[in-house]
Amino acid sequence: MKRFIPFLVFVVLAVFLYLGLYLNPREVPSPFIGKPAPDFRLPVVGHPEQTFSPADAKGKVWLLNVWAPWCVSCRQEHPFLMQLARSGVTIYGLNWKDKAREAAALLEQTGSPYVLTVDDLDGRVGIDYGVTGTPETFVIDKAGIVRMKHVGPIHPEVWEKKFAPLLKELDT
Amino acid sequence: MIPELGHFALIVALMLALVQGILPIVGAHRGNATLMAVARPAAQGQFVFVALAFGALAWSFLVNDFSVENVARNSYSKLPEIYRFTATWGSHEGSLLLWTLILSCWTVAVTVFSRHLPEDMAARVIGVMGLISVGFLLFMLLTSNPFLRLVPPVPEGNDMNPLLQDPGMVIHPPMLYMGYVGFSVAFAFAVAALLSGKLDAAWARWSRPWTTVAWLFLTAGIALGSWWAYYELGWGGWWFWDPTENASFMPWLAGTALIHSLAVTEKRGAFKTWTVLLAITAFSLSLLGTFLVRSGVLSSVHAFATDPGRGVFILAFLGVVIGGSLLLYAWRAPRLMSGGGFDWFSREALLLGNNVFLIAALATVLLGTLYPLFMDALGLGKISVGPPYFNAVFIPLMAPVLFLAAIGPLVRWKGDDLPALALRLKWAFTVALATAALLPLTLDGMNLWASLGLFLGLWILFGVLTGFLDRLKHGQGRLLGRLASLPRGFWGMQVAHTGLAVVVIGATVVSNYEGHRDVRMNVGDHVELAGYRFLFQGAQPVEGPNYSAMRGSVEVYRGERRVAVVHPEKRRYHASGMIMTEAGIDYGVFRDVYVSLGEPLDETAWVVQVYYKPFVGWLWGGAFLLALGGALAASDRRYRIALKKEAGRVEAAVAQGAKV
Repeated sequence: MKRFIPFLVFVVLAVFLYLGLYLNPREVPSPFIGKPAPDFRLPVVGHPEQTFSPADAKGKVWLLNVWAPWCVSCRQEHPFLMQLARSGVTIYGLNWKDKAREAAALLEQTGSPYVLTVDDLDGRVGIDYGVTGTPETFVIDKAGIVRMKHVGPIHPEVWEKKFAPLLKELDT
Repeated sequence: MIPELGHFALIVALMLALVQGILPIVGAHRGNATLMAVARPAAQGQFVFVALAFGALAWSFLVNDFSVENVARNSYSKLPEIYRFTATWGSHEGSLLLWTLILSCWTVAVTVFSRHLPEDMAARVIGVMGLISVGFLLFMLLTSNPFLRLVPPVPEGNDMNPLLQDPGMVIHPPMLYMGYVGFSVAFAFAVAALLSGKLDAAWARWSRPWTTVAWLFLTAGIALGSWWAYYELGWGGWWFWDPTENASFMPWLAGTALIHSLAVTEKRGAFKTWTVLLAITAFSLSLLGTFLVRSGVLSSVHAFATDPGRGVFILAFLGVVIGGSLLLYAWRAPRLMSGGGFDWFSREALLLGNNVFLIAALATVLLGTLYPLFMDALGLGKISVGPPYFNAVFIPLMAPVLFLAAIGPLVRWKGDDLPALALRLKWAFTVALATAALLPLTLDGMNLWASLGLFLGLWILFGVLTGFLDRLKHGQGRLLGRLASLPRGFWGMQVAHTGLAVVVIGATVVSNYEGHRDVRMNVGDHVELAGYRFLFQGAQPVEGPNYSAMRGSVEVYRGERRVAVVHPEKRRYHASGMIMTEAGIDYGVFRDVYVSLGEPLDETAWVVQVYYKPFVGWLWGGAFLLALGGALAASDRRYRIALKKEAGRVEAAVAQGAKV
């Protein structure tokens, strides 16, 4: 029987790989779509005496970009976020589980695409939002309702396909 | 017309691959010499047609034939000629064609260098490789045809992914594929052994150089990929534990274990079934790597072709090749009798230890790579596994491998005297330990990880030195003459182990002592890092063939002396609008200084990132030594002698080789 172990291991692996084909690692159904954005009040990175809450952004269509200084893909999307910010998109950052406390220095040096970034050190707010990894981006409308969630870095193609039409619709 | 010829050539190649895959294996089973004799001409014919197809695709790229969909999607008229050629394998379809081409190159090499093999063995090996080729050709023709036309044609292409427009990327994929596909030879030998039930020292001797050559290409391919990431991604990292990197690293670990296990099978006739299983594993992981990258099962920074339909095909193919060979293994492995008992302290035992730890390390990498998929498939949520996991589990498992690498070569087969060896190595041990403990203290205080890495690196180097001393002690004549008369196999092992030590020392030093600063800089500003002063002289616009760039000038001073001027660039590619960084690097033996441009802040000010990377070059220098060691070992005299001799006389050479 022992001789069949490698084969059995492979069969188990193959089943998972097959299932994996029909899962999109970037597409997570979020139970928050169409619901009010979970409330929080967190200190602002770089200005710990200030705080921010989603209620403060009511009346605007905005993006909540979950990122972390240790995240590779976040660096990938950073130049594009900068471009978006320059073209007038409102982006708030959620600095997720930044145990090494690097966010403030990093933003100072690389430039910040964010209006401000809040500091979710223990990841609690991340849990409220169902964050599974970084980067993730939520689109929140004028009434504070989550309208979309995107997992993974934003690049021009995704922006044109998923974000731009939605933002246009929400803005009017 | 040319693309259609290419398409037609692929179909002919598939027919020939079917012939090559079926007739010789049937012939070997029935003992029919006529059928077996089909193997070589079919394989060589297949190579001709695959090469024709590849040439047709490359030609379409070179002449900017944008009526071919693949060309239109992956090339651009203003792309420099060399990248138009390499764009041939820059796409999913093209890289499959390159894979198939390399597979048929390996097969042709087997047809040429297998004259000394028993006819049935050669027929089976070539046949198995033909079957693998059938899978890839079918995959291309059914799901990923590189020759599809666009109606109507487009006037201009989309451009090649700018990340791939780089000299490193020109040679990285072919090297990696030479390695991946090279393991198909070891795999085919293993399956042939299972089919025939014959696995002896001669079998191990035939498999060994093939495995070593595949491994050396894989080593070079991985090192090139890491080097490319280092200078191209613009933030100085050299290994990310990205799924795509893991996909190439897992076959490397299995291949490394296989090389060591083959040594035991050749010299002592032991570990036979284990060797066969490793040969199957190494190639299976190469295929799995292709599946992971090509199917989009794992989201990776650089997965570039994702399509579930293709995924299903590769998975089915994987099922046939891996599942089939593992079933064959389960069925036939008991026939392969292992011989040669050994003591608990012997070279066999240490090599067994090497294998156990390597495979455990491989398992942790596999688990970490697939864990997010497991969790997701079981509905337990989406998670990502990052460098903290891999560093935490991989390093402790590799430490024993490195420790054993120093002493394994010094221990005799069958059994040795542990106390005597301990006495011989006591100075090496003490000096390595003392240096490793004290050196970090003089730099920035206690650092256990740095000490551990340095100790293991030095320990291996002392082991290599001791190995040379042992060999030279008994020789006659001048030192150089005695060194030159040592067999290449021995040299190969020593050079490769030295390379391993160099990689370990490089990785340890750069991980623990690198420095990095991101600063806002205006023209004339300077920043200090690790004793270097970086003076920013502004950035000027420059025009590339298919991009516009801002090219910075940064002068690097050590004290008052200017040691280098580096030119980091920020490029914007016209066709795709993608923005890329090109780091400016001053390379050195003991350190690199590395500058990349971040964001422009206003007219003249930039975010500038400066890195000090001590010993980072040792990573690639060490990898070069590993590959060189592989080349030396594969060119050992006994393989060349074996080539000239009749198969039956190989046994004698084995006995002679066993003394070496």
